[in-house]
Amino acid sequence: MRWLKPVAVPLIAVGLALGIGAIILALSGANPIEAYSALIDGSLSSQKTIGRTLEKATPLIMGGLAVAFAFRAGLFNIGGQGQLVIGGIFAAAVGFGFEGLPWIIHAPLALAVGALAGAAWGSIAGVLKATRGAHEVITTIMLNFVALNLTDWLASNPWKDEGILSRTPAVEESAVIPQWGALPTGFLVAVAASIGCWYLLERTTLGFEIRSVGLNGDAARYAGISVKRIVVATMAISGFLAGAGGAIETQGVIGRYEPGFNAGLGFNGITIALLARNNPIGVIPAALLIGAMEAGGSMMQFNADVSPEITDIIEALMLLFVATPIVVRWFFSRQDVAEVSITSGWGSS
Amino acid sequence: MSVAAPPALEVLGVTKRFGDVLANEDVDFRVERGRVHALLGENGAGKSTLVNIIFGLYRADSGEVRRNGEVVHLNGPRDAIDSRIGMVHQHFQLVPVLTVAENVVLGNEPTRRGVVDLDEAASVVRALAERFGLEIDPWARVEDLPIGLQQRVEILRALFREVDILILDEPTAVLTPQETTHLLGVLRGLADTGVAVVFITHKLREVMAVADDITVMRRGKVVGSAVPAETDEASLASMMVGRSVELSLERTPASPGDKVLTIVDLVVNDDRRSQSLNGINLDVRAGEVVGVAGVEGNGQRELVEAITGLRGVVSGSITLEGVEIAGMSPRQISTMGVSHIPEDREKFGLIGAHTVADNMVLNRYHQPPYSRHGIRSPGAVEDNAERLVAEFDVRPSNIGAMVATLSGGNKQKVVAAREFSHEAKVMVAAQPTRGIDIGNIEFIHRRLIEYRDAGMAILLVSAELDEVLGLADRVAVIYGGQIVAIESADGIDRDRVGRLMLSGTDN
Ligand SMILES: Nc1ncnc2c1ncn2[C@@H]1O[C@H](COP(=O)(O)OP(=O)(O)OP(=O)(O)O)[C@@H](O)[C@H]1O
Ligand SMILES: [Mg+2]
Repeated sequence: MRWLKPVAVPLIAVGLALGIGAIILALSGANPIEAYSALIDGSLSSQKTIGRTLEKATPLIMGGLAVAFAFRAGLFNIGGQGQLVIGGIFAAAVGFGFEGLPWIIHAPLALAVGALAGAAWGSIAGVLKATRGAHEVITTIMLNFVALNLTDWLASNPWKDEGILSRTPAVEESAVIPQWGALPTGFLVAVAASIGCWYLLERTTLGFEIRSVGLNGDAARYAGISVKRIVVATMAISGFLAGAGGAIETQGVIGRYEPGFNAGLGFNGITIALLARNNPIGVIPAALLIGAMEAGGSMMQFNADVSPEITDIIEALMLLFVATPIVVRWFFSRQDVAEVSITSGWGSS
Repeated sequence: MSVAAPPALEVLGVTKRFGDVLANEDVDFRVERGRVHALLGENGAGKSTLVNIIFGLYRADSGEVRRNGEVVHLNGPRDAIDSRIGMVHQHFQLVPVLTVAENVVLGNEPTRRGVVDLDEAASVVRALAERFGLEIDPWARVEDLPIGLQQRVEILRALFREVDILILDEPTAVLTPQETTHLLGVLRGLADTGVAVVFITHKLREVMAVADDITVMRRGKVVGSAVPAETDEASLASMMVGRSVELSLERTPASPGDKVLTIVDLVVNDDRRSQSLNGINLDVRAGEVVGVAGVEGNGQRELVEAITGLRGVVSGSITLEGVEIAGMSPRQISTMGVSHIPEDREKFGLIGAHTVADNMVLNRYHQPPYSRHGIRSPGAVEDNAERLVAEFDVRPSNIGAMVATLSGGNKQKVVAAREFSHEAKVMVAAQPTRGIDIGNIEFIHRRLIEYRDAGMAILLVSAELDEVLGLADRVAVIYGGQIVAIESADGIDRDRVGRLMLSGTDN
């Protein structure tokens, strides 16, 4: 049962949240079984709905990875949203700005530029922390506002499409990230990114340095690691992931950059990372779960006449339970107090 | 006390298993009120586990704990405090940014109109401190206090809750000899007021000085008990380790070579930016041990951190075989051949959530064979760890275990093993045997001498005057950020060194 231990807390949290969600549904006069089957209907019943779940899950994976990765260095990147929109608009700019490039070059190029733009944006907070000691929570929140206004301005001035709407022109066909049947290619990119993050953290010296800084900064310094360098590198990688998420959204889903299309995507990353307990592989099922709830939410409204906000409530409950080890401790009342507190904090993996 | 009165604390048949490790096996342990009970045993014997079970931090797999004859089920420190059990941990559990008074009353604050009454707290703490001879400034911030005073805060915190049982897990490991003497007096006084004191230590001299009862554990089991009047250090030692132990090291003369490490007019600031080293001059030759003796807080820590690159240098120079290393990064200095056993193993020496294997390469992880082209080689890391774990007898020998799960002494062995495994020219060893049992101290001391004889220059910083005098070829006394005396250890006068440590002069 040893394998069960790391997943126990999220599983119990999800179960509890769904249970309480059912009670809330019943209290509000709906039939919980009907509602939940509509949820499944809308997210998992056909190739088309599964495809939609995967599509929803993709930016969630990237945003979740961004938060989880930064957290492994002890950094709390709240700036996923800003990094994501920056990545989205730069990918769009490359996507509509070049004509006649072959797909094999154009699509990866736009994705790479979006990701790098996100990396640059993320590393601003890293540099501020390393050189000025500015706390990344504060700077990334402020940079979110800057990024939102900057992208709004770009989309309504230099990079504006013709017509009245403030949005960029559609990207060239050659910059689109295609579907493989029901399977969005972007999802595969996100899964590859998860595996890449796992490999980076667990198998490379850089990953060892990042984890060491996150676990004990003093000992990391003793070990000869430059903590400042790791802070900047981690924020850059974190921004890279979020930026790639924005690029995939632009190139694979929306087809252009439109202000507001992805409001909240970056913030959902925090939920995902928490559910995944900062494990890059765990981000995939966590994002699929949330993605399925988002994909199925509208079906629930349609079939069971339940407002889609119920999925937000359930998500919030999951978060609450994951973040509150005391609830889970009821289920492990035979366990050592000291052990529970070692393994259940935010940040342990 | 009437014969029929049940003991203050009784542990019956307690067994505790962590995975494959049987940390406590059918342990019986009995503590009477008004007595100081010393708990002895090798590193990893299960002492901390036992007291953590008593305090409710761990749950025994089987067996029971009785207070005054009644079975208690403790679910964490709250319950323990409710049953009037207090504990001072191996690692302090204080809030660094709060004041002494706030830390003491935390969780039980005196209030006035719903607000914490800090003046009241301070006066309560002052009264408590006076009563038990633990003088301290209630308004001082805990993070500004030296470790010996932090420990006082821990003790006051327990006493504030009016405990009848006070457990101290290796309280003297971090204390200077003077502080230790004082603490032992305090414990004696507490016992005289009727408190049952449980006291874990590796230092047999303390046991002989203060204990009324002695229980010895080995490999999870209680292997014997004794009273000081009917035993001696040598037989306690062999009861602990299961063989006879050489309590003092055979000194062999050194044959020093060239100067390897040279420190000239070194000035260094402490964390609060006031000067803590005021122009230190010191050199260490190849093949000799220079011991730095001093009361903690006289600049030892800053000296060690400056040499190893963890702390900036204000002025002066530190050279390694003629090359200036002051101002270099820790990595550069370590690569040039300076090994470092840090004083605070939890803070600097180890990453608790990394495995034993990863900690064994903590400052070499980036070099071949442990990694190539930025990719780590787990095989090489594991081979290295297997070798060192066997050589230094780290228990349990599972190299995949998190270091945080090791016992205190075994953690120290991991640090020592790692630092001894480098090809180094200089070894800076700060409290290298802190928390290590006598059998392993003997082993580490032998290693230090072996490396010395192989030509390493060793700078030994220790709060144990006996360790300094026993190992060093030359002794430097540090006082107020200066070296006030440096002389050959041959025929050195222990009392004179003691006076120099305390006042900087020998009269
Ligand atoms: N939380 C834990 N998880 C796994 N193993 C543990 C844990 N705590 C203790 N152990 C193991 O139990 C055994 C006993 O450890 P304990 O800390 O009680 O020893 P100790 O007698 O206090 O030693 P020391 O003198 O070195 O402090 C050790 O082998 C240790 O590795
Ligand atoms: Mg211990």
